[in-house]
Formats: sequence, structure tokens, C-alpha cells
Amino acid sequence: MNRFPLWKNIVVLAALLISFVYTLPNFLGSSPAVQISSNRATLKVDDKFKPRVEEILAAANIENMGIFTDTTGIKARFADEDTQARARVALEKALNPAPDAADHDYVVALNFLSASPQWLTGIGARPMYLGLDLRGGVHFLLQVDMPGAELRRLDSIAADLRTLMRDRNLRYAGINREGRSIVLRFQNDETRTKAQALIRDRFSELALAEAEAANVDNTTRLTATLRPEALQQLGEYALKQNISTLHNRINELGVAEPVITQQGADRIVVQLPGVLDTTKAKDMIGRTATLELRMVDETPGALEAALAGNLPYGDELMTEHERDGRARPILLKKQVVLTGERLTNAQPGVDDNGQPAVHLDFDASGARTIRAITGENVGKRMAILLIEKGRAEVVTAPVIRSEIGGGRMMISGSMRMSEASDIALLLRAGSLAAPMEIIEERTIGPSLGKDNIRKGFDSTLWGFVAIVVFMCLYYRMFGLISSIALTANLLFLVALLSILQATLTLPGIAAIALTLGMAIDANVLINERIREELRAGLPPQAAIHAGYERAFDTILDSNLTTLIAGLALLVFGSGPVRGFAVVHCLGILTSIFSAVTVSRALINLIYGYQRKLTHVSIGQVWKPEPNKAR
Amino acid sequence: MEFFRIKKDIPVMRHALAFNIISLITFVLAVLFLILRGLNFSVEFTGGTLVEVHYQDSAPLTEIRAALEQAGYSDAPVQYFGSSQDVLIRLPLKLHDDDADAVSANAAPDTARQGELVLAMLQSTAVTPPDLRRVEFVGPQVGKELAENGALALLFVVVGIMVYLAFRFEWRFAVSTIIANLHDVTIILGFFAFFQWEFSLSVLAAVLAVLGYSVNESVVVFDRVRETFRKVRGMTTAQVLDHAITSTMSRTVITHGSTQAVVLSMLIFGGETLHNFALALTIGICFGIYSSVLVASPIVMWLGVSREQFIKPAKTKDPTVTADGACV
Repeated sequence: MNRFPLWKNIVVLAALLISFVYTLPNFLGSSPAVQISSNRATLKVDDKFKPRVEEILAAANIENMGIFTDTTGIKARFADEDTQARARVALEKALNPAPDAADHDYVVALNFLSASPQWLTGIGARPMYLGLDLRGGVHFLLQVDMPGAELRRLDSIAADLRTLMRDRNLRYAGINREGRSIVLRFQNDETRTKAQALIRDRFSELALAEAEAANVDNTTRLTATLRPEALQQLGEYALKQNISTLHNRINELGVAEPVITQQGADRIVVQLPGVLDTTKAKDMIGRTATLELRMVDETPGALEAALAGNLPYGDELMTEHERDGRARPILLKKQVVLTGERLTNAQPGVDDNGQPAVHLDFDASGARTIRAITGENVGKRMAILLIEKGRAEVVTAPVIRSEIGGGRMMISGSMRMSEASDIALLLRAGSLAAPMEIIEERTIGPSLGKDNIRKGFDSTLWGFVAIVVFMCLYYRMFGLISSIALTANLLFLVALLSILQATLTLPGIAAIALTLGMAIDANVLINERIREELRAGLPPQAAIHAGYERAFDTILDSNLTTLIAGLALLVFGSGPVRGFAVVHCLGILTSIFSAVTVSRALINLIYGYQRKLTHVSIGQVWKPEPNKAR
Repeated sequence: MEFFRIKKDIPVMRHALAFNIISLITFVLAVLFLILRGLNFSVEFTGGTLVEVHYQDSAPLTEIRAALEQAGYSDAPVQYFGSSQDVLIRLPLKLHDDDADAVSANAAPDTARQGELVLAMLQSTAVTPPDLRRVEFVGPQVGKELAENGALALLFVVVGIMVYLAFRFEWRFAVSTIIANLHDVTIILGFFAFFQWEFSLSVLAAVLAVLGYSVNESVVVFDRVRETFRKVRGMTTAQVLDHAITSTMSRTVITHGSTQAVVLSMLIFGGETLHNFALALTIGICFGIYSSVLVASPIVMWLGVSREQFIKPAKTKDPTVTADGACV
């Protein structure tokens, strides 16, 4: 009765073998490498590029341990971290001669490659994915400012509405954003009805309401708000845009394996392993720039009045920085002609005089607005404002020489070439994104990461040793088998974590240790049960059988209840708690298999084939004296 | 070797009332400490910035404090973290006078930059500049969510386990198990409140893990209760419970011993980060044994569990359960 059918033994053996193979990469460690990938969509880093890398390394007299290509680019291995650092410098110098990061064609990043042989990598066996607390790096949680995105969208719609009304010769008394809605004021009901029909037709994202307001100024009003669907779409779009923006910017930081993912409806997680320079990282992440075009108020005397403290209605006093470094006050209309939302591209370049400039491309609607505005205002000045972190700066305020068609504009003014490319990058990247703020940040130094690995490993090791020693002493052969089953459990767990590439954190290692401590429970239950059956007088074979059989229900119940708690942690937990929960849940699942099936397979192999089994090595089975027994 | 040579069932139930009074007193004390002292929540919950630095030599606490004071963080706690070379600095969130929720886009980056500022300052003032170990910044909105999610997780565990136990056993078992385990959780929290140990996210994880773990404990005892009810006739409920507790005693102690061995190893080798986690588990394990055996069992008895609840429905309802029951 204590024999497994062949297939069961094969399943156990196969599970152990597969797990062993997938655990291997964790022991083989990793070797330092430099990763080269493309920073331009049009540029491919593939096999053809390999000779160039070899050449550069040879020229710098740096020995490599193999160069190979994969989907992300070219990777070159090196003997030690020192060579790796030198190689990176050499490659960076040769491949990216431009001093400015925005002009770089390639991303040269430090990386660590698994040192396992090709066939292992081929079957997808990779080392466990270590979390930032183990490998060091920066973690950011960013909150996307959805209300801000909504307001900006409304602002730009208001500008569009003004253009539309003008185009159709519908006279309006005012179109302004008030809070989360746009209020349109008309002189009479007739115009309003016409406008209403027009807006319905052209702006499907707007919900209109006629506001029969107490007519202070004798106008009829129309209130437009964004429909919930449009709002949701806007949010999704802003988030997607921000994520791709972050990708672009982080590529320039040269991080090997950045993680940029959405979390919830309005959050983005950014993880940069190995990055310690948080200032730079934050600068790149936190910066959003947008553009605004506004008319300069050139009414004679208005600027003087404003300087004297008499700000004309609807105007704003700003400072313009001249090329020679002098600052001059400038009076701008509050009304925004166009926002950066209409921007499709921004590139650094030079203007006609060879001065650094930023070339801007606008979409069709933006192009129409620009043509209309510049056509109407030839000879007047228009200001281009760069808005960064809520601060607006007048980049330039040129005189409009002629109507600008085709949606192409140029900002040139007091800037250096590097500034031009910075502005271009920011505009390109920040052109559509909603502002973000960092709501959580974790920086882990590399020394702490290494310490954490060691501490986690030590905790697990010594806990494990203590259990094994105790089990072997107390249950003898059965204890040894329980210990082997526990080792198998560890093997399964590590293999599963490697296969799933679930992030392993310090709480995750704690969970491994804890799972081992809890997993032995199943074997204790079984062994105690077998002893009990022996005590009750059952022959050894029957006792083993009954012990496993009867303990199983208890094991299942207790593991399932623990699993419920684990799942709750997984569902509601975040950060370190989730890291703990993933491992905990996986560990519960593997422990049922290893404690029941693996240990049974071994017991069966040892005892199941002995016909006349009179004694099993399960430690001393103490029997109360018969007359006193219950 | 056999630790437990128990000849007769231990008459645990005879002292049920005494145990429950002890439990009640500890429970009330824990609640009192929770109310009076409150939990010492970590940065993860309260929001704020945490900077851990490592000095080559022993860290100059007074100098660090002076430097911080100059920077305007006069009330920021500075303390050794694990060794005299490691220093942990806690910076509170800069509160906005008008409205904490309306953190403007301008102010937030500054708050997020606190850690960097302090680090740069420490590196410039010290003779041998310290190494950065970690910086953690948590905004105010995150902390609130964490607390909410923690409460939700607790609720989920409680409901999930109750439904499962009610389904597998009986509602009386479910109710008494949950009472016993919430009592454990409260006592762990009480310890944390009394000693003002830092209550971090990992401690929360430990607390919830303990909840699952000590339910486990009750399940083992109740499994035996169910089995005894089905197999043996003519025992009173108290006797059945005594028998179940006695026959699982050896397993209870060995299992908990094993788990505690691992947790102890974490306490010794795991360093500061795992310290409170392991501490919560230790308390949880100790009280877990006690409560699942000595609190849950009496409650289930008082709730009126009896043999009929396991025999009758099993026969009438489903033949497979009887087969199952015979086997168990």
C-alpha cells in the first residue's frame, strides 16, 4: 500500500529536475557587462554594429569576454567591474561624441548579465529578479495631476472655441474657463442657439448646458464641461503619454533595465536599478515643460501703468530676458492663444542668423490658429512662454513679420545650443503630458543592497539548519526525509520565483524563511500522526499509510487558511508587503506538494518495498503503560 | 526521543474561565495602550523622509543634530540604526498651513528633495563624508492609502477565513477562531504601542501573516475535535476538546518551535530592517499557541458545539462526506 505508481514517481522526479535546472542561474552569478542600445527610433543596433564595438574596445586596449546581440541591442561582457567601467567610458566617448545628452545616438549603460551558459538562457532560465532593496537603485511613485490635465485641456478648447466663433462670424461676448467648465457668453439667444449647434457638431467631447444666469451683464450663457468619457480618455491618454515621455528621458540617463509601469488609474512607478544620482534622475523625471503663445499688450501706456501698480484687466506682468542678460518687464495678455498641447514636434536647430533655435511643429488645428492669429496681428508682438514646474518664463517675444502658415514656428532668442536642445527635449516630451509629482521615493545604496542579501540569506540559512538538525534528531529517518522535502520546497520556490521573474525583495526573503518554518508543520503533522498510529498498535506499513492519509485533511485546511491571509496581502498590499505576499503564497503552494508528495515518494521508496517491515526509524515512540491507557 | 509523554488528557477546559479572564485582561490592556499611547507609525504611513547614512567611523550624532538644526530641522529625530556607524534621520513632512490635501505642484518637489538636501549637507559638513544607505520619501496621500489598504486586508482575511471555516467546519468554529486570532492581533499591536516600536509596512505584513498562521493552529485543533466527535461516542464536549488539545500538543509545540527557530534566526541575522518584522512574528507565535488552544477552544464550547453537528448533517446531506468522515 505504500508504493507510488510509476507515473507519480516520474512526476516527482521531473519536478525536482526541472526546478534544479531553473534554479541553476542563481548560483552561477552574473558578470559585468556594458549594454549599448539605440537612442533613435531610426537607428538600429544589430549585428552590423558589432565590428564597430569590437574596434572601439580594441583601440582602447580593453579585453572583453564576448560580445553578442539581442533584441535590445549589443551587450559586451567583461572580466571585472573595473574593466566594465573603463569600457563604458571608452564606448561612450566613441559612440556619443556630442557633449549634450540630447544629441546622443546611443545609450551606453552598465549592466550585469547572467553568467549561465547559453542553453540555460535559451530555455528561459534566468536568475531571480532582485528588487531595488537588494540591488540598490531608485524607486519613484509618481502621481499624474489629472485635474491639471483637465484644466489645460479646457484652456485649449476655449482657445479653439474662440477661433471657431470668429471663423463662423458668431459674435460672442466672452469665452472663458471658469473652474472646470467653459462659460460662453452671447449677446442674444439666437447666436447662442447657433453656437450650441456648432459646438455639438464640432466638439463631441463637450457637454453643453444653457445657463439662464441672472444676467448681470445682459448676456445669455452657455456652459460647456468635458463629458465623463472624454475625461477618462484624457486621463488615459495623459498617462500613456507621460509613460512614453519618461521612457525617452530615462533612456538618456543610461539605465540598463528601467521599469516604468502604470499603477492604478493615475500613477506611474519608475524603478531605476543601479542609479544613485537621484538629483539627476529626479530632474529628468519631474520636469515637465509646456508652451504657451500669448499676445503682448502693446497699448501705449499700459506697461507704464502696470509698472506703477495699475495692472490693466486681463493682463499679466512678466519679465523678458534679453540676450545680453538684461531683464525687461513685458506686459502679456492673460488669454492664451495656443498651448503646447497642439505641439507635435520640437527640434533644436539654428535660425537664419545661425543662432541656436528650437523648431516647432503644430497640428492642423494649431496651424489654423497660428495662421489666423499671425494674419490678424502682423506687426504686433507675440510672446512664447515656457512653463516649467508651474513657473512661466518668457522665452522670446518676437514681432510677427507675416502670416505664418503650415504650422511651423521657431523660437530663437537668448539661448545657447545646449539650452535649445534642452528646451526642445522638454517641449517634445512635455508637450502633452499632465504634470506629475513624486509621492514616494526610495533610494537604496548598493552597500545596503548587498547587506540585505547577506542578512536575508543568513536568516534563511540558520533557520533552515536549526530545523533540519532538530527534525533529524527527533524523527530520525522520517526527520531526514522531512528535511529533504523541505529542501525540495526551497528548490521549488526558488525555481518558481526564477521562472516567474517575480521581484524578490528583503521581505520576500523573509517570506522564504518564514515559509520554510511553516512548511515543516505539514511534516510534523504527518510524523506525529504516524507515531500516534504506531502507538495505537498499527503495523508500520499501515501506520505510514494512515498517518499520511489522515494528516492530509488537516494540512489542506491549515494551508488554505494561511493562503487566504496571503492572498489578502497580495491584493491589498503594496511595496514591501506585496513582495512578502508573492513569495508567501507561492511558498504555501509548493509546500503542500513537497511536504506531502515528495516526502511520501521517498518514504515509499525506502519502506514501501519491504515486505516484512517491523520497525520504522521515526524516533522513539513512547507508549503509556497498557493498564493506564485511555 | 519523545518530548510529550502525556498519559491522560490534560483537563484544559476545567480552567477555561481562568484562561479567558487572563486573555480578557491582556486584551483590555492592549486596547488601552493602543488608545493611550497609539502606534508609532513609520514614515510609510505618516509620510515624510527617511535618510540612512553610513559613516566610516562612529557617527557624530551631536554634529549631525547641529547641522540639521541649522537647516531648519530642529525636531528631526536622529538615531543610531543597528550600529554606531549607521545613522537614521527622520524628517517630517513639511505641512502646508492652508490645506494638507492641496499640495501644490510647486511645493511637492521641494518636499521630495528634502532627503537630497540633508544628504548633501551631511556630506559637506563631515570630515569623512558618509555613504548613502537609503533615502525614503513618502507623500501624504500614500500613507493614507496604506492605512486604508491595511484595514481592508484585515477585513478580507477575517471574512475569508470565517467563510472558509464555516464551510469546512461549523460557524461556531469560525466565530471562536476569529475572536481568538483578533485577540492575538490586538495584543501584538498592544506590544507595539506599549514599547513604541516602529510600526512599519513589514510589521503589518507580519501581523496579517500571524493571523493566517494562528488560524492554522486553531484549524489543527478543531480538525481533531471534529474527528473525535465522529469517531468516539460518549465523551462530553469538554472531554473531546481536552482530548483534541492533548493529542495535538506535541505537534503544536514542535511546529511553533520550528517557526520560531526561523524567526529567531531573522531576529539575530536579519538586521534592523527585519527586526520589527521578526518581533511581531515572535509575539504572534507565542500568543498564537496560547489563544488558539486556550481561547478558541473554550469559546467554541460555550457557543455550544456538540457531536450532533458533525454526525447528522453529514449523513443526510451527502454520502461522500460520510465516506470522508469515516476516513478522517
